[in-house]
Amino acid sequence: MAVLPMKRIQIIGMNKDRKTVLELIQRLQSVEIPEAVSGQSSDTLETPKDDIFAKVDTSDARAIFDKNVQVAQEALGVLNQYAPEKKSLLDSLNGKRELSLQEFTERGNDGELVIEKARRILGLQKELIEARSEIPKIEAQIEALHPWVGMDLPLNFRGTSRTKAIIGAFPEKLSEEEIVTTIAGYAPDMTGIDVDVISSSDEQTCILLLCLKEDGDAVEEALRRMNFARPPLSDVVPSKQIEGLRGDLERAQKEVERRKTQIAKYAPERENLEFVSDYYKMRSDKYDVLGRLSRSKRTFILEGYVPERDVAEVERKLTAAADVYVEFTDIAANEEAPVLLKNNFYSEPVEGVVENYSMPSKGEIDPTVPVSCFYYILFGMMLSDAAYGLIMALATGILMLKYKKMEYGMKKTLRMFFFCGIGTIISGVLFGSYFGDMIPVVSRTFFGKEIQVWCWIDPLNQPMKMLVLSFAIAIVHLFAGLGILFYTDVKNGKIKDAIYDAVFWYMLVGGLIVFGLTTDIVLNMLQLSPFVPASVGQVGAIVAAIGAVGIVLTGGRESRNWFKRLLKGLYALYNVTGYLSDILSYSRLLALGLATSVISQVFNKMGTMGGNGFFGIIMFIVVAILGHSLNLAINALGAYVHTNRLTFVEFFGKFYEGGGKKFTPFAMNTKYYKIKEEN
Amino acid sequence: MGTTFALLGAASAALFAGVGSAIAVGRAGQAAAGAVTEDPSLFSKVLILQLLPGTQGIYGLLIAFIALGRIGIMGGTLPGDDVALGLSYFAACLPMAVVGLISALQQSKASVAAIALVEKRPDQFGKAMIFPAMVETYAILALLISILAINGIPA
Repeated sequence: MAVLPMKRIQIIGMNKDRKTVLELIQRLQSVEIPEAVSGQSSDTLETPKDDIFAKVDTSDARAIFDKNVQVAQEALGVLNQYAPEKKSLLDSLNGKRELSLQEFTERGNDGELVIEKARRILGLQKELIEARSEIPKIEAQIEALHPWVGMDLPLNFRGTSRTKAIIGAFPEKLSEEEIVTTIAGYAPDMTGIDVDVISSSDEQTCILLLCLKEDGDAVEEALRRMNFARPPLSDVVPSKQIEGLRGDLERAQKEVERRKTQIAKYAPERENLEFVSDYYKMRSDKYDVLGRLSRSKRTFILEGYVPERDVAEVERKLTAAADVYVEFTDIAANEEAPVLLKNNFYSEPVEGVVENYSMPSKGEIDPTVPVSCFYYILFGMMLSDAAYGLIMALATGILMLKYKKMEYGMKKTLRMFFFCGIGTIISGVLFGSYFGDMIPVVSRTFFGKEIQVWCWIDPLNQPMKMLVLSFAIAIVHLFAGLGILFYTDVKNGKIKDAIYDAVFWYMLVGGLIVFGLTTDIVLNMLQLSPFVPASVGQVGAIVAAIGAVGIVLTGGRESRNWFKRLLKGLYALYNVTGYLSDILSYSRLLALGLATSVISQVFNKMGTMGGNGFFGIIMFIVVAILGHSLNLAINALGAYVHTNRLTFVEFFGKFYEGGGKKFTPFAMNTKYYKIKEEN
Repeated sequence: MGTTFALLGAASAALFAGVGSAIAVGRAGQAAAGAVTEDPSLFSKVLILQLLPGTQGIYGLLIAFIALGRIGIMGGTLPGDDVALGLSYFAACLPMAVVGLISALQQSKASVAAIALVEKRPDQFGKAMIFPAMVETYAILALLISILAINGIPA
């Protein structure tokens, strides 16, 4: 349970060692080099507007590296499209591949060559897209020519020396006679026309029309009024043209295929592409940091944060690698250092939950351990099925054992669900749920004798008991939160605040609860028999009253005006309803637990509808597998979300604000490879 | 008559809560699909946010199931002609039906907004998840009352 103490680090060295030092720090992954060190006093060496020391803009160099990363990534994307890698989901658990420093440097020297190949892949991809975009164009042309197939003249045929030929289409279905009569109606003076219907469908009628040259204009005018449209011109006979276009289409398709195989041939380059993507990412990061250094002609200064536990190692490695001066100083009182958490094996996994909310700010304690004390239990109560818990614990446990090299973050997540699984097993046993009521149902249906399982509380038949248990957990959880507030205040020397904000509330809420347990109305509602003596209840009431008075008097203590203070104090007292709603909120422990068991029962019941017999058993197995996987997925999600909610809203609401900045060391933010560190 | 009313209650719990969740998950799904077109790596995160307003339907099912179990459709004793008893079941199912419907619809709005949040700032997923979960509290409270009420009806 700790926020690791940080130290400021200052490294002064010669420019010639700059690269070595930075690369070493990047591999050590334990120094954060911020944009600007906060809370810095002006008399330190690093003053930005110095004549001797200046920062150098490295954004141009970075842009090149970033571009290379992008090219490599895009090329990888193209490769994955045309030459997909055979990879199962679980392979991603294998973690990054390891390279020695020497291998890494050697392969990095060939980076440009690989980038060249990546560009070629992208070029091929571009040609492929162009070729492919030809295909629909050609297809559209063929489509447009289709109605003209029956014509043995080219579409741009204009007629003979005496006659005029007009080729085109009407946007409707017309017969030869209809066309002739309509045109004759519009152009009564003409000598005569010959209409040849080439093809006709519901949408259009394609015709070849012949008339005398002198009648041409009148006929065209008539046609215009009939919405006549000209086809695309071409001096080839349509059927021939279609043949030609088909050839084009085939060529385009072949071209696409050719490009695809060409790209696929680059598949062996995948590893190299992944490598250069990482390599240039690291160099880009390095140049980013380089821009943050203050440099003079021959020396440089680097400032940052390093966790105290790594101080010795960082110093030893740095001084061994180059002639540098390394100095560590304590964090100033007003300085917000980045936050790094360190916890034991059991609590560590929920660091992610804390981080999701916010890192502790200066003066706050790391809430990870208290969160972990409740997290797995709350999760377990909401999923509350021993079999589901066992599945979760086994699945995550096997994955953790099998893939030892997986990334640390992934490992933490799996470990969290492993512990959640254990919590689920425990509460499943307590509430007698194994795939819901599968044991009694199966024994009754298939073996004719019902076997009952032991349970402490049966939530479905004794929901009130379960509700009381939920509220009890709520009170413990909330009081634990209040206790941490007390502890933090005391630790920061604010004894008075600790009394005002924690002790008075303990008295008020605790007293009220004790008093409540002696009143009939509460006892009846919760279906409990009186177990607290009335005298104790009176003591509780008195304690609550003292607490209430204390809150009214101190709740508004930041106001100087006594009247305002009193009003604010009364308002603070109103917050007691907040405690009520906080406690009620834990009824979700009951509700979600019931949801799991009721849905399990529904599936179990559905499964047994086939009766006892060969097909009945098969049906039961199928329904049970499908149904319970679905139920496990949905309710594990619900349990996760609501455990987080109880932690963030109810628990953190009592004592935790957060707002700290996460420690992000200058590190190897790679995707595929990592450098093996030799000591 | 009694059985009819009781059945009406059980059905409306599953019906309204289910309708609400279906609409809500659909809405959130549209927003989620939009987010994934921008950044496919967000899939698992937005999927969780999409599913959040789906729980009301499950709660409705839960109430319907408990009620059906009590009124004898699936074992237990039928209210038969006892109208008062039937109406009691109906009333007990109402909180889940009404609150389930409305809270699912409202929760979908929070979900859609949370998906937009995650789309812009994927690192804030933990907080985004809480906003829709806040709405769900009321569905859980309604569920609680419905369960307690059904259990309190003397069989």
